[in-house]
Amino acid sequence: MFNIINRIFGKGSAGSKDIAKERLRLVLVHDRVNVSPQFIEILKEDIVRSISTYMEIDEKGMEVSLASSNSSVALIANIPVRRMKRGASFYND
Amino acid sequence: MSEVIVVTSGKGGVGKTTTTANIGTGLALADKKVVLVDADIGLRNLDVVMGLENRIVYDLIDVTEGNCRLKQALIRDKRYDKLFLLPAAQTRDKNAVSPEQMRQLCEELQQDFDFVIIDCPAGIEQGFKNAIAGADRAIIVTTPEVSAVRDADRIIGLLEAAEMHNPKLVVNRIRPQMVKKGDMMDIDDMIDILAIDLLGVVPEDEHIVVSTNRGEPAICNEQSRASQAYRNIVRRILGENVPLMSLELEVGLVDRLKKFFGL
Ligand SMILES: Nc1ncnc2c1ncn2[C@@H]1O[C@H](COP(=O)(O)OP(=O)(O)OP(=O)(O)O)[C@@H](O)[C@H]1O
Ligand SMILES: [Mg+2]
Repeated sequence: MFNIINRIFGKGSAGSKDIAKERLRLVLVHDRVNVSPQFIEILKEDIVRSISTYMEIDEKGMEVSLASSNSSVALIANIPVRRMKRGASFYND
Repeated sequence: MSEVIVVTSGKGGVGKTTTTANIGTGLALADKKVVLVDADIGLRNLDVVMGLENRIVYDLIDVTEGNCRLKQALIRDKRYDKLFLLPAAQTRDKNAVSPEQMRQLCEELQQDFDFVIIDCPAGIEQGFKNAIAGADRAIIVTTPEVSAVRDADRIIGLLEAAEMHNPKLVVNRIRPQMVKKGDMMDIDDMIDILAIDLLGVVPEDEHIVVSTNRGEPAICNEQSRASQAYRNIVRRILGENVPLMSLELEVGLVDRLKKFFGL
């Protein structure tokens, strides 16, 4: 009802620009990844580097990819953990 | 101090040639010596938009292949004596010239001109690579549509890969009424998504069609809103700090330009 009133007075979210913006945002996530094929590889290396402080991981079994639904894009990382480290870095001493 | 600027877009038909013609004419009106280079080999248009189509003898490929000297191929625009055009070849294709040849050509033109403005063909292939080869900086033209902005994003990435940083954006064919109704992306939306500096905003304007019919760039018709927009763009290229005109503001823009000019 409120929407209808808004539409009559030409206000509110009745316009199509938000749809355009959202579609553009999503399509660009994929475009920008595809532009540089090394992107995922570089990202993987960075993830490995930062995680290695805390745990030992199986780099060969690691999978990183982008998955999208209608309204969002998610970075999906499947990283097999071999063992946790017992390092001092767990504690804020 | 001479500058080579390429006007590019990715998507076709968004207003590269119109922008090139108007910016170039505006710079000449500001007493700069300007040459417009039509790099759209095989689909030349800039000559017609400038109303100089009947004066072509030699073209860009004649120059690169050594059939004539550079000076012989340059057409002087009699209306503005500091404005010149180097037309594209119409019967050849993009592979008739190489990026290296374009680089040399731009270097040679720089000796004689304050501004070399290159009208880039649509697409991201050879013609695009040729057009950007000799340029110092780029102006990217887009319209407020998903497909055009998407292509602009691609172009920004390709320019970056070619080590041409900090391109500036011109948003063409904005319709303030539609923006107001929420049916057209506004300037902030596009700047935000593309993360680049804004050079100016040109409204949808019938005068553009009329002036293209006549072969007289719209910037000369002070009545037109597009003319005002192009004049502002020219002043910004010359380093002036020009606030957005009210029409530009109407389309919902904050002070991006101030930021751009470091104020
Ligand atoms: N602001 C505007 N208002 C109205 N019409 C416009 C505007 N800008 C461009 N046009 C029209 O849009 C059409 C395409 O413009 P133009 O030829 O400059 O685009 P282009 O990007 O050079 O195209 P191409 O990719 O084919 O080279 C022309 O008919 C032109 O008159
Ligand atoms: Mg064109």
